[in-house]
Amino acid sequence: MANLAVKANKLVKWFGEGEAKTYAVRDVSFEACFGEMLYIEGPSGSGKTTLLSIISGILRPNSGTVIVDDEDIWSLTGDQIADFRLNKVGFVFQDYHLFPKLTTVENAAIPLILKKVDWNESLDIAMKYLEIVGIKDRAQLPPVKLSGGEQQRVAIARAIASSPDILIFDEPTASLDGETGRRIVEFVKKEILNEKRCIIIVTHDSRIFEYADRIMKMADGRITGITKGGVCEE
Amino acid sequence: MKGILKIAYKLLVNDKGKFAALLVGITFAVFLMVMMTSMFAGILHRASATVVNIGAKVWVMDPAVNTPANSIPMPDYVLDAVRSINGVKYAVPLYSGAGLAKLQNGVYQAVTVIGLDDATLFGRPDLLQGNIEDIYAENSFIVVRDSEYPKLGKPQLGTEFEINDHKGVIVGIAQVSVGSLFGTPTLYTTYNRAIQYIPSMRFTISYIIVEPKSITAVPYIKQQIRSLGYEALTKDEFIRKISTYYKYQTGLGMNVLLMTIISFIVGLSISGQTFYTFILENLEKFGALKAIGAKGSELIYMILFQATFTALTGYGMGIGLAAVIITLAKLRLPSYAAMITFTNLGFAFVMVLIIAAISSYIGVRKVIRIEPFDIFRG
Ligand SMILES: Nc1ncnc2c1ncn2[C@@H]1O[C@H](COP(=O)(O)OP(=O)(O)OP(=O)(O)O)[C@@H](O)[C@H]1O
Ligand SMILES: [Mg+2]
Repeated sequence: MANLAVKANKLVKWFGEGEAKTYAVRDVSFEACFGEMLYIEGPSGSGKTTLLSIISGILRPNSGTVIVDDEDIWSLTGDQIADFRLNKVGFVFQDYHLFPKLTTVENAAIPLILKKVDWNESLDIAMKYLEIVGIKDRAQLPPVKLSGGEQQRVAIARAIASSPDILIFDEPTASLDGETGRRIVEFVKKEILNEKRCIIIVTHDSRIFEYADRIMKMADGRITGITKGGVCEE
Repeated sequence: MKGILKIAYKLLVNDKGKFAALLVGITFAVFLMVMMTSMFAGILHRASATVVNIGAKVWVMDPAVNTPANSIPMPDYVLDAVRSINGVKYAVPLYSGAGLAKLQNGVYQAVTVIGLDDATLFGRPDLLQGNIEDIYAENSFIVVRDSEYPKLGKPQLGTEFEINDHKGVIVGIAQVSVGSLFGTPTLYTTYNRAIQYIPSMRFTISYIIVEPKSITAVPYIKQQIRSLGYEALTKDEFIRKISTYYKYQTGLGMNVLLMTIISFIVGLSISGQTFYTFILENLEKFGALKAIGAKGSELIYMILFQATFTALTGYGMGIGLAAVIITLAKLRLPSYAAMITFTNLGFAFVMVLIIAAISSYIGVRKVIRIEPFDIFRG
């Protein structure tokens, strides 16, 4: 299946032990494909962030596998997983996690710098992505001087700067007003999504559902159904 | 690697408040440590002034002597015995004692008097003015032009004064390489005049200074003198003995050590604490870096770099500050006895590295433990 970007199989994740043991993800299997924008939607506490973290190499599951590029990422060593995160995944965190002591362009260049691209070249490339997300003129400002929507764009520029195959957004519109949220997602769909890329978005913001290729519903740690689209096309 | 260190640098330096606090802590600690140890080094150096200035290779003394200022007189037969030891080229007596000078304006001033062997004038100082032969003339003294010189009213050739109720006249002005510690001017005269003018006990020889035939003869000479019940020390051994005395038997060393430890602890707590806060505040950022794909080892390098960079900058500033203060103090106070030595600098450097190591250890422990997933938990 050349089109398959991520294959999650029987993922289980719990937190705590004994009385306090809570299952965040229970036996979740799904596939995500290149060229699609896949939504995961569900109520608060249903395990969406936990699931995203598992498939992006950030959180180790208690059981189950995540196959990317024919490789089970959770069988890799710690450093290899770090490389997987760096090279294959771009993660746009819900609250951005930008560095206030760095300029906007330096923030966007971080993945490149971590990939050991020369400093100035990193900034040049990052600048191109800032241009793509439309905030090139803010490049030399610290992110705290930017509006929420602009910071979101910096986070997107940072996530795509190293051209990852898999792009993951956790609640991209949660802290934006409706109109800005819509515009950003529309922009991502038009400019960032392509045949070689898979975008997974967690949200419960129904105003952006129209941009989804598929919507997967999640409740109480389980995928309960697909409410838009069908299975991954091959 | 260079890139992430540059990020580390920017995260550190752009956080101006924290960075300033870190620097203040380390600068302060280094400054105090360097000041304390420099003063101590200066004192030790000055304490051996007589030994260095006279320049004899081997010194014979009573074993109980700890510092040149407190000599214990030896009987004359020791001199004859030393002279008869095989390997001794020549040996001469040296007088070192304290006198009381009365200046022309009636003011009294304590002085150190050094009496040189009449026959050889062994250990004589370099003369800036006057003629060394004049030391044999009646009542003649040579004054050392050091930082204490003005206390004698800056005497010139021919200036008269009284010393212990005897007449004295300046016939030469000399320079020596090391100034004295005890704040008294130094006068040179002949051995015989010294023991005649300055009241002394039955025995009069403060030191016997020896020129060995060759350096290989020294162990034998030392052994022979030991069998006489006296002690022979080479110049370096004597200087070391004096240092040991000041370090361990006067309370001076202990006080300096205590002050240094306190400076170290103060510096460590300020910097360690600030660095810890810095790491805590940036923990989420380190977590984000990890989530983006930074390896644990890279985060460790970042922290080590931040700690080392701060430590070295603070080290440089602390030394600079100490150098400026010592220079200023010497301008105002010519006899101020502080001396920045390589040992001091090395010592402070090691202490600073320890501060950096402890601070980064704390930081590294924190950062290693964060899971990238933790950043989702606020
Ligand atoms: N580190 C943790 N320790 C303990 N419990 C946790 C931890 N992380 C998540 N959980 C629990 O796992 C469940 C799923 O959490 P998760 O953050 O994945 O939900 P979510 O769907 O992203 O919710 P939201 O829409 O509010 O972001 C919740 O019950 C949560 O309390
Ligand atoms: Mg969530």
